[in-house]
Amino acid sequence: MAMEITQFLSAAQSADARIRTEAEGSLRQFQEQNLPQFLLSLSFELASDDKPSESRRLAGILLKNSLDAKDSATKDHLVKQWFAIEVALKSQIKEQLLRTLGSSTLEARHTSAQVIAKVASIEIPQKQWPELVGSLLNNMTQQGSPAHLKQSTLETLGYVCEEISHHDLVQDEVNSVLTAVVQGMNQSENTAEVRLAATKALLNALDFSQTNFENEMERTYIMKMVCETACSKEAEIRQAAFECLVSIASTYYEVLEQYMQTLFELTSNAVKGDEESVALQAIEFWSSICDEEIDRQEYDSPDSGDSSPPHSCFIEKALPHLVQMLLETLQKQQEDQDHDDDVWNISMAGGTCLGLVARTVGDGVVPLVMPFVERNISSPEWRSREAATYAFGSILEGPTIDKLAPMVGAGLEFLLTATKDGNNHVRDTTAWTLSRIFEFLHSPESGFSVISPENLPRIVGVLLESIKDVPNVAEKVCGAIYNLAQGYEDSGASSSILSPYLTEIITHLLAAAERTDGAESKLRGAAYETLNEVVRCSNLSEASSIIAHLLPAIMKKLAETMDLPIISTDDREKQAELQASLCGVLQVIIQKLSGSDDTRPIIMQNADDIMRLFLRVFGCHSSSVHEEAMLAIGALAYTTGAEFVKYMPELFRYLQMGLQNFEEYQVCSITVGVIGDICRALDEQILPFCDQIMGLLIQNLQSDALHRSVKPPIFSCFGDIALAIDAHFERYVAPAIQIMQGAAQVCAQMDTLDEELMDYANQLRRSIFEAYSGILQGFKDTKAELMVPYAQHLLQFVEVVSKDSLRDESVTKAAVAAMGDLADVVGENPKQLFRNFTFCGEFLNECLQSEDEDLKVTARWTQGMIARLMISS
Amino acid sequence: MAPHEIRRPFKRRPISDQQKRRELSLLRQSQHRSDAQQRARNLASSVISLQSSSPDVDPEILFEAAVPELDEGTESESSSFDVRQASRLRGPEARKWFARQLMLPEWMIDVPDNLSRDWYVLARPAGKRCFVVSSDGTTVSRVRNGSILHHFPSALPGGARKKGASGPANSYSILDCIFHESDQTYYVIDMVCWRGYSLYECTAEFRFFWLQSKLAETGACDPPSFYHKFRFSAVPFYNCDQTGLHSAYTGSLPYVKDGLLFYNKHAHYHTGNTPLVLIWKDESCSQYVIDTDNNGEVPNQQHIVLELQEEGKLVTSDDPPVPFSCLNADFVKQSGLLSGSLIRFAIGDGGLNCVDGRFEKADLQYIGVSNRARAFADSYSKIMFQYMARHSPLKVEDLASTISHENQQDKTPEVEMSD
Repeated sequence: MAMEITQFLSAAQSADARIRTEAEGSLRQFQEQNLPQFLLSLSFELASDDKPSESRRLAGILLKNSLDAKDSATKDHLVKQWFAIEVALKSQIKEQLLRTLGSSTLEARHTSAQVIAKVASIEIPQKQWPELVGSLLNNMTQQGSPAHLKQSTLETLGYVCEEISHHDLVQDEVNSVLTAVVQGMNQSENTAEVRLAATKALLNALDFSQTNFENEMERTYIMKMVCETACSKEAEIRQAAFECLVSIASTYYEVLEQYMQTLFELTSNAVKGDEESVALQAIEFWSSICDEEIDRQEYDSPDSGDSSPPHSCFIEKALPHLVQMLLETLQKQQEDQDHDDDVWNISMAGGTCLGLVARTVGDGVVPLVMPFVERNISSPEWRSREAATYAFGSILEGPTIDKLAPMVGAGLEFLLTATKDGNNHVRDTTAWTLSRIFEFLHSPESGFSVISPENLPRIVGVLLESIKDVPNVAEKVCGAIYNLAQGYEDSGASSSILSPYLTEIITHLLAAAERTDGAESKLRGAAYETLNEVVRCSNLSEASSIIAHLLPAIMKKLAETMDLPIISTDDREKQAELQASLCGVLQVIIQKLSGSDDTRPIIMQNADDIMRLFLRVFGCHSSSVHEEAMLAIGALAYTTGAEFVKYMPELFRYLQMGLQNFEEYQVCSITVGVIGDICRALDEQILPFCDQIMGLLIQNLQSDALHRSVKPPIFSCFGDIALAIDAHFERYVAPAIQIMQGAAQVCAQMDTLDEELMDYANQLRRSIFEAYSGILQGFKDTKAELMVPYAQHLLQFVEVVSKDSLRDESVTKAAVAAMGDLADVVGENPKQLFRNFTFCGEFLNECLQSEDEDLKVTARWTQGMIARLMISS
Repeated sequence: MAPHEIRRPFKRRPISDQQKRRELSLLRQSQHRSDAQQRARNLASSVISLQSSSPDVDPEILFEAAVPELDEGTESESSSFDVRQASRLRGPEARKWFARQLMLPEWMIDVPDNLSRDWYVLARPAGKRCFVVSSDGTTVSRVRNGSILHHFPSALPGGARKKGASGPANSYSILDCIFHESDQTYYVIDMVCWRGYSLYECTAEFRFFWLQSKLAETGACDPPSFYHKFRFSAVPFYNCDQTGLHSAYTGSLPYVKDGLLFYNKHAHYHTGNTPLVLIWKDESCSQYVIDTDNNGEVPNQQHIVLELQEEGKLVTSDDPPVPFSCLNADFVKQSGLLSGSLIRFAIGDGGLNCVDGRFEKADLQYIGVSNRARAFADSYSKIMFQYMARHSPLKVEDLASTISHENQQDKTPEVEMSD
């Protein structure tokens, strides 16, 4: 029996904190003591039109929160709770929810639709609510159904489709749902509200319509309805219809050919004359077509040998008109679009689409765009100049260098001068275009660059002048410098022609990072990121003293962040962000200077101070471990080697914290990697910390709450630890291998059709083999006999993997190496085993014929190890 | 229903720098992990010696296909494996390692038999002898003491970080070269590894053939460019018959000559001193026939450097060392010389005395401890060659007449030499 809880629900929203807290306490108590009754009472509250709207609203929220949570562990818990509730009682709750769809209050209907979808997401896959679809359809077909019931029913159908997978419904149900939805879109029979709800529902139902789209008659009917709806007189409905078209463009690309003429007309009318919200969707339709075609082109690489999905060349066929349409959007800029990150308007969408078109068709776009550029680039109107520049910048990716080089060569000086344009937007876009030029046409590595020793001084001069411009322009200039530096990355040992400018570039980047007027833009982040790239790509022998001077400057800045006044959480976040940037720079410097014997001492001399800073950064943030500081510590451990041990007593608790940070799983993953670095640096000296580390790592592997991507690195880390502490790994070997065996089992059962899952399986397998290798080599000469009991399993695992055609090369390599390690380390005992596993010879031969030199060397080594074992008597 | 986000990245780079740093860290960690495991394995592979045991192979072994291949290939593979590891060595370790890797010619103090049949001759370019290793997208040259001469991109396999470059990225090559300053060219005199394939255990005949046919294919002989900083060039070699000797000796070449090198066709690449490669010089094919002192002048007396051993014994750098003389024990004590010191002597008027072509005794005058830059004592053949050059040099005519003498003998039928 439902309880009367209106007064608690109302009181829980009281302005008086005391009353509020008390009511919340009562509700929580009710929930904990009798969840089924609690939910039933909430559903009655929601369903009752005579209750106050606030209490109904809260009832809805509490219901939703009892069924769904963002965090997957909590969600699992909620689902289990729901399953545990008595069926009859759940039926009552569902009945109330369905009843609410007919309520006269829009808000209650809306909430109920959402709650129904949540229940459906739990019950439909388990076939526990088979009557739902029927009763919803009944709302639609029953004579005299009120419009508001139809509207909410359609909304519910949309949400349900969004929540469940199309495998959960049988085709008959899908057909009925689609029929109901498409009928709801019918203009002559329905109110605007119903049609809007139907069109939105269709968007979610499209994924279910595979079979229907294969059938030409059904498909054409759906397309006809969508196109008609795209011409409704209500803008909101038109927008929803275009959203459907965007989704169809990517989901049903293959079958669009026959509708393309109509779609082109519809979209170009919308782009030209409709309201912006509709026009944006119309442009997005073409962007989606580009995405599809680009995907197909990449998939269709000649050496892949796979048969590629059909490519209908829609963009190429529509090219002249399409480009014309997009160019026309470019002059509809908004005054302040460069200052607000949330703006998305028609000129931005048009330019972005033009860039995708260029990537799709390549050279063909150039002659269609260049006349527009030439006509407008010198116009007295800033809109025209900006549009011309943006068009030019947009087509720099896609066409061949041969096609682009002459016009970029001719236009470069113009652009350099335009960095002084009187208009902010023009300068912003000019700087962005320069950065695109350096990204795509500055690659000395592949033999072409628009930059020569002759024009470099002028280019650097212009960039360093423009970096002092307003923050949004300065940020784009940073991008230009980033790409400029990147082009010289592989100049390797030979001299870099950028070296003479490094000091000046670094000085200007630091000044940009210091600016206080850039608070709202991302200037500071961009300046530090660019600084990193400049350091990374510099020629070490020419830049070593410059970088050596940069080190104390960055350390000083990092020290200064500790003294920032922290009053609000916002201050705390800003401090963390700045520290992240500076730790990033330190990481890059450490890695760069460690790259040579001549410069490594610079890091060694400063290691104590650097480490002290990182520990202070950790100290600033009690709730979590600073990710960037951790990343930099890994680099430092590698550089200092065994001396790193002196930092361990203080560092260790942060390593433990990092390993326990499941919420920010990236932090956890980085910490695992850093432990590997430290193992290699310390060797046996890591031993005192191993009990705790291994305890946490094993715990992490067993937890469902930890993001799965962290698990492979943990197995690899087992190998790192074992190799560092040798025989001392003995006490961990049983639990470690038990989990490794479990994970190997899991890999074997994974769905091979799921590409993402296969990637994960490959990572997992490789890391398990790495763990075996580390443990085996660690036990060599001392405790080899400990591995005898596991030899059989290891070989079985190799066998399973060797027979999997989907394994990738890195897995093969790790498997072969682990097999060789077994033969090398364990000695006599596995001899008979190797004889029994007849696959070995074949597998090795396959590896010996590989193109991969590393794999061949490893396989030959393994072959040698096994042969030595066999011929020893 | 969540609003459908259609905002696309605008004027933004798609990857964040932080993401890049993360990925680079992961890459570094996985490389170090595999290096660490590889090191552990390498200790094992240096112990492994299959050649001796392979004849006893149990016929029931599953790896029939594998074993014969090992029989032939292991030795060379394992040494190339070492080289690959070594190419990753850094600093002093690398210098030490590379210092021992060059094949060093003995000086020609008498003319070997079968010169025209079993030997090649080539004109040695004047310049710095070095080992050139291309690997992992870069090329490094190291001179005899192991220190780096250049670190540069080249068109050798794996020699530059260039996309679409020939061969797998991880293949490596090792060339034995002489860097010729005036035209900034690496003249290749021998090929030790090519695309990961070891030529240590191959005959000079094969190595030279391979060198001539493979080097040009890569574009390494092309003029320098951004990704190919120095030009490489294969040194022409000849069968050491009359014509060959004449070509090498008088032929015009793009480089300044510094003597003639003779390679036995059947010899493998042997690290350290070997009598199967010989160097010979005279005034007309080398500017440096007789050793000069620190000021670049030829001293009146020949100077030699010997190593002091226990009990005052003075020996050459050969393996086994050739004893040359003995220092008085009191003198050693007084001067505080330690065993292992390299000591410089002048050869007095008494000269070197030989009996039946073997050294008997020498008139040595103590000068002092040799300068620190030296790593080795002089070899026996060098001392002898220098001595002969001052007194009764081996002339090019002597070589020529040996060859023509052999030719006459060759006219009588002979049995083909089998390996």
